[in-house]
Amino acid sequence: MAMTLSQKILAAHAGLDSVVPGQLITAKLDLVLGNDITSPVAIKEIEKHGGGKVFDKSKVALVMDHFVPNKDIKSAEQCKCCRNFAREQGVENFFDVGEMGIEHALLPEKGLVGAGDLVIGADSHTCTYGALGAFSTGVGSTDMAYGMLTGTAWFKVPSAIKVTLTGKPAPHVSGKDVILHLIGVIGVSGALYKSLEFVGDGVRHMTMDDRLTICNMAIEAGAKNGVFACDDVTRAYLKEHCRKESVAFEADADAQYEREVVIDLAALKPTVSFPHLPENTHTVDEIGDIVIDQVVIGSCTNGRISDLRAAAEVLRGRKVAKGVRTIVIPATQSVYLQAMEEGLIKTFIEAGAVVSTPTCGPCLGGYMGILASGEKCVATTNRNFVGRMGAEDSEIYLASPYVAACSAVLGKIGVL
Amino acid sequence: MKGTVHKYKDNVNTDEIIPARYLNDSTPAALAAHCMEDIDKSFVGSVKPGDIIVAEKNFGCGSSREHAPIAIKASGVSCVIACDFARIFFRNCINIGLPILECPEAARDAESGDVIDVDLTAGTIRNETKGRTYSVPPFPPEIRAIIARGGLLNK
Repeated sequence: MAMTLSQKILAAHAGLDSVVPGQLITAKLDLVLGNDITSPVAIKEIEKHGGGKVFDKSKVALVMDHFVPNKDIKSAEQCKCCRNFAREQGVENFFDVGEMGIEHALLPEKGLVGAGDLVIGADSHTCTYGALGAFSTGVGSTDMAYGMLTGTAWFKVPSAIKVTLTGKPAPHVSGKDVILHLIGVIGVSGALYKSLEFVGDGVRHMTMDDRLTICNMAIEAGAKNGVFACDDVTRAYLKEHCRKESVAFEADADAQYEREVVIDLAALKPTVSFPHLPENTHTVDEIGDIVIDQVVIGSCTNGRISDLRAAAEVLRGRKVAKGVRTIVIPATQSVYLQAMEEGLIKTFIEAGAVVSTPTCGPCLGGYMGILASGEKCVATTNRNFVGRMGAEDSEIYLASPYVAACSAVLGKIGVL
Repeated sequence: MKGTVHKYKDNVNTDEIIPARYLNDSTPAALAAHCMEDIDKSFVGSVKPGDIIVAEKNFGCGSSREHAPIAIKASGVSCVIACDFARIFFRNCINIGLPILECPEAARDAESGDVIDVDLTAGTIRNETKGRTYSVPPFPPEIRAIIARGGLLNK
């Protein structure tokens, strides 16, 4: 039977010639990921069940990124738990302060995921690596524990939605606008249990950073994974970052999809998701005066070098509006250094923004930018749920780095 | 299992079930102390052992945090019924042995305070308050096996 790209990767890792949607399979994993919040739960589960060794020291990645550098004693204890486990088990890919970055920006940069890989991570945004042609999905801590011990996981084979991108986007329209628009069209559960497979002649206009942003937010439509087939953009990125062997799977020409959504990139406008769901999308030109208190530019969604460049282009020679606390968070140490070498950090500071060490921090209301009651924030992050960044009656508006930087200058949501 | 219903609407996310500000401690009791805090401040004070959470579409969306089903289970909740579940939350519940059922009709009909009796083996949900019974298709054998042994890591 004809298969989608996602189904082909799953079949190959389950040792099966073919799979069908709904089928339950056990598949071999190429990488198991966890962070400082989810890993301690997995480690305790392993200890509770009599211990054991990780299946492959090179195929486990532990990234300390959520509450790091530690915000309090409890979060320090959680990192200590991970650090001890990594040392005892000889985990090769343990990333602590100084080496860490936000996990989903860090792993591609470090070359830990290749095309055709099967990856699980105890973090919902693990779906990011579909940008590299991998099947990658978020799981919980028990799946992570089981995956670390056995190198396998159970999966229900997903059906898929085909997302066809056509045309060329206008300047200042980015991957973030594509994915926010798509979530606006299909809703936050529009792809529940399904794959989102991105195809079409518009794909070639999507840079690797655009694709990483798009796949990152597949989960916000409920998707199991998002994926782009391997092309020249993928191969160039992997050649630079990844020494692993890649396998470029392709969907069969007659693969079955539950539905198709066509997005004309040329018609897209910068898009903003209003509180309190990512599906509440509006194009920036239809937004009235919404005065803001804070802007956050960063996260696993939009903390890469191209995101910082887009923000710096707006902020160069300008000042953020008085009263708008503007927080820029490079996603990894390498992004931070690159931004410094390109003068972007200087631009941010001269504009009146602050620049933080890499951390998930404010995105999940951890620290480094918590909102008080009634405050409004434009964020390049991925969720605008009630209370996600602080007080229950604070508001988060999701947008691209370009829109976020413009809004910081204007003091209200908009573009210059 | 039989318990009183705590009813919620669509798209309850895991940030609402257990806010990230409490994720610096993963002990079940600590998590249960803040369960549902950002959507229902009365939950912690009113939940009794055996109670049942009922919600509508896409329950448990958002973050993969297993802390969410752990908090619900540690609160004494015996079962979660919804129209459907977000997929990571769905597998997390199975993996930690928290019974969940997808039944749109039962989920839509139920109101807070109703008494519901669930028979997992027979695949029935009986809303005693409303006097209605619903049948639920059984999970595939592979999933039933994980639930039967109380979680993925149990032998």
